[in-house]
Amino acid sequence: MKQSGNILFSGVGGQGILLASELTAYAQLAEGYDVKKSEVHGMAQRGGSVEAHLRYGARVYSPLIDPGSADILVAFEILEAARYLPYLHKDSAVVVNTQKILPPAVALGKMTYPENILKELTDRQINVVPIDAFAIAEEVGELRTVNVAMVGAMSNFLAVGPEVFLKVIDTTVKEQFREVNKKAFEAGRAAVYA
Amino acid sequence: MVFDNETKQWLSGNEAIAQGAWEAGITVASGYPGTPSTEIMGNFARYDDVYAEWAPNEKVGLEVAIGASFAGARALATMKHVGVNVAADPLFTAAYTGVRGGLVVLTADDPEMHSSQNEQDNRNYAFAAKLPMLEPSDPAEAKAMVGRAVELSEQLDTPVMLRITTRIAHVKGVVEKGERVAVPEPSIEKVPAKLVMLPGNARVRRREVEKRMATAREMAESLPENRVEKGTGPRGFIAAGTSYNYVKEAFPDAPVLKLGMVWPLPEKMIRTFAGSVEELIIVEELDPFLELHIKSMGIDCHGEDIIPNQGELNSFIVKTAVEPESAPEVFEPVELPMRPPNMCAGCPHRGLFYGLSKMKDVFVSGDIGCYTLGFLPPLSAMDACVCMGASISMAHGMAKALGEKGEGKLVAVIGDSTFMHSGLTGLLNTVYNNSYATVIILDNRITAMTGHQQNPASGKSLTGEPASAIDFEQLCSSLGVKRITVVNPHDVDATRKVLKQEIASPEPSVVISRAPCILLPEEVKRKKPTYYTNLDNCTGCTACVQMGCPAISWHPLTPEEAVEQGYREKQRGYAEITEVQCNGCGQCACVCKFDAITRREED
Repeated sequence: MKQSGNILFSGVGGQGILLASELTAYAQLAEGYDVKKSEVHGMAQRGGSVEAHLRYGARVYSPLIDPGSADILVAFEILEAARYLPYLHKDSAVVVNTQKILPPAVALGKMTYPENILKELTDRQINVVPIDAFAIAEEVGELRTVNVAMVGAMSNFLAVGPEVFLKVIDTTVKEQFREVNKKAFEAGRAAVYA
Repeated sequence: MVFDNETKQWLSGNEAIAQGAWEAGITVASGYPGTPSTEIMGNFARYDDVYAEWAPNEKVGLEVAIGASFAGARALATMKHVGVNVAADPLFTAAYTGVRGGLVVLTADDPEMHSSQNEQDNRNYAFAAKLPMLEPSDPAEAKAMVGRAVELSEQLDTPVMLRITTRIAHVKGVVEKGERVAVPEPSIEKVPAKLVMLPGNARVRRREVEKRMATAREMAESLPENRVEKGTGPRGFIAAGTSYNYVKEAFPDAPVLKLGMVWPLPEKMIRTFAGSVEELIIVEELDPFLELHIKSMGIDCHGEDIIPNQGELNSFIVKTAVEPESAPEVFEPVELPMRPPNMCAGCPHRGLFYGLSKMKDVFVSGDIGCYTLGFLPPLSAMDACVCMGASISMAHGMAKALGEKGEGKLVAVIGDSTFMHSGLTGLLNTVYNNSYATVIILDNRITAMTGHQQNPASGKSLTGEPASAIDFEQLCSSLGVKRITVVNPHDVDATRKVLKQEIASPEPSVVISRAPCILLPEEVKRKKPTYYTNLDNCTGCTACVQMGCPAISWHPLTPEEAVEQGYREKQRGYAEITEVQCNGCGQCACVCKFDAITRREED
């Protein structure tokens, strides 16, 4: 495990990407790392593509991940995994939620949703870990925990232990949603080696 | 919060600026929402013993801050980069009057235009208005620089500009907590020679401006925010703002002159640094601002000859611009369907733009807000958009240019908050100069695009207190508009009928398209029944698909599949509502002529 790293979160506006990146940042901060995180607000919402860059290490200057240097990509939607290929390198891990959300041109019937698009990543020897985070969220009984299930799956690729994440959930999530989010985290974490 | 201990916090640049403003003893803040500046005001309002407000536009906001400063209070005005264009009038003359309480003018620039119509570089305003400008590189510096700006403002008797960019405003980082300084007591003090800018007084103040800038230039030489970071190698870099971060990542060992004050510049410091390196490279986003002024000192350097002058930078771009041979191979992007932002499912604007999309020979003069997305296919119902408030005046200008040829073909669309910002005067002009364009006010009861800020039409203040709400019908009537119609845009048929009739009318008319933003908390709470598709009845006519609602998707069929599913062989597909995404507006049911869309009645 590296002493510094770059985690890229991608998905569609409204999927809870900002909270996922926030929990991850808090876990890295609790481990004593310097952390910088960059988001884009405004137009990026309203169902458009959304990304958050998280960088951690002894001292972080740039808030942006460079092309070819994301160690982990946490993609909340299949197309939004493939879209960030230029950010990946051959040792990147890609945790991808197998949900499909149709972009407008596809919903309008002008284009088709590309089949087997993750092959573009696996063909380049990138480690792709598909997760049905929607099913996990359904199973724990709260559809809005898709993002925390994704954080759980991703946590397998970090030096930070799961107990740190659980403590972060304890201190950042509203009391009535804590238990269900912890369950989603654990289930997401377990899903990777299932 | 996990990371909120005695000394440190995890804050965005905008949160840090709010904290910095509070610590620096700022008590009055005013601004207009605009990405990426918006969150500063909402955060500042949460502190004790401060006043924060949304002004109708940036000019008013800055004038409020100037007034507070004249009363001896410390004040802050916030705006996005283009907002400074609106506030430029008071800004240039406040440079002459100077201040009483410290006055900070925050500009949030948007390189790459993530959420803006241009990427102007507002460092040029500091030069043009003759004002000191500070520029932080991260949230921690952003907080500290508010304090420094207040200090310089009072010391030099001038407003001080604080410039941030998207990668400061919306970047989170670790920020040290601080204590609040003593807050000065406001009072009335009459100093007309300083504050009344008639020519006689202004000529005296003009000389003060030059004296003060000379002092500021001298102070810049020893300001801790300007510093040389020693290093090795033949190349030296000068950088400020987020560009500094990219230099530090790309060339960690190189000597760097980091500028925290980007105007006026520390000439001696720059000259000494330039003399200490073999090759000087200025790394900056957008305009070659530092480069031009450094070159005008007679110093040879690289800048926009190698560093791109458009869009954002990152350390990869900086590294490969300086050392092209170092460029590593990266994976090429895959061709994929784009995912642009879209109006939400249930958005009231959709019903209105659907009506406009059917009037192919009408020119739609647009404005700035969520509804600018009416430009996107399939609605494609906006033909121009320049700046806040321009829709109405542009439509009037077209009417005057076209004369009779334009009759029945000119429409302006403008949101409620944008109309309050700068649409009023345009409408006044339309009536006064006897035009015929139709003005549509998209009244969704909130400033939606920037994340639901209150405005003078919404009935609440920034802090959620009840406030006076403008009555658009009465307002337009008192401006002299005779034809005023209110429509519910969810009723697509009635809306189309009114649009046809009003656009055809040869006198100025106003259509108020009124329905609240479906994302407003009170709207979300009273969740309406959703609609579903009776697939048996769908003929594949695509009328509903043409509305571009994210809850409706098209499923293409081959002739065999069509027959298999009981459709006519010729039917090329069917449309279906994704009910979890449906917000129950019913617009699609209005346009379906085949009874294929039904409201799910509650059991």
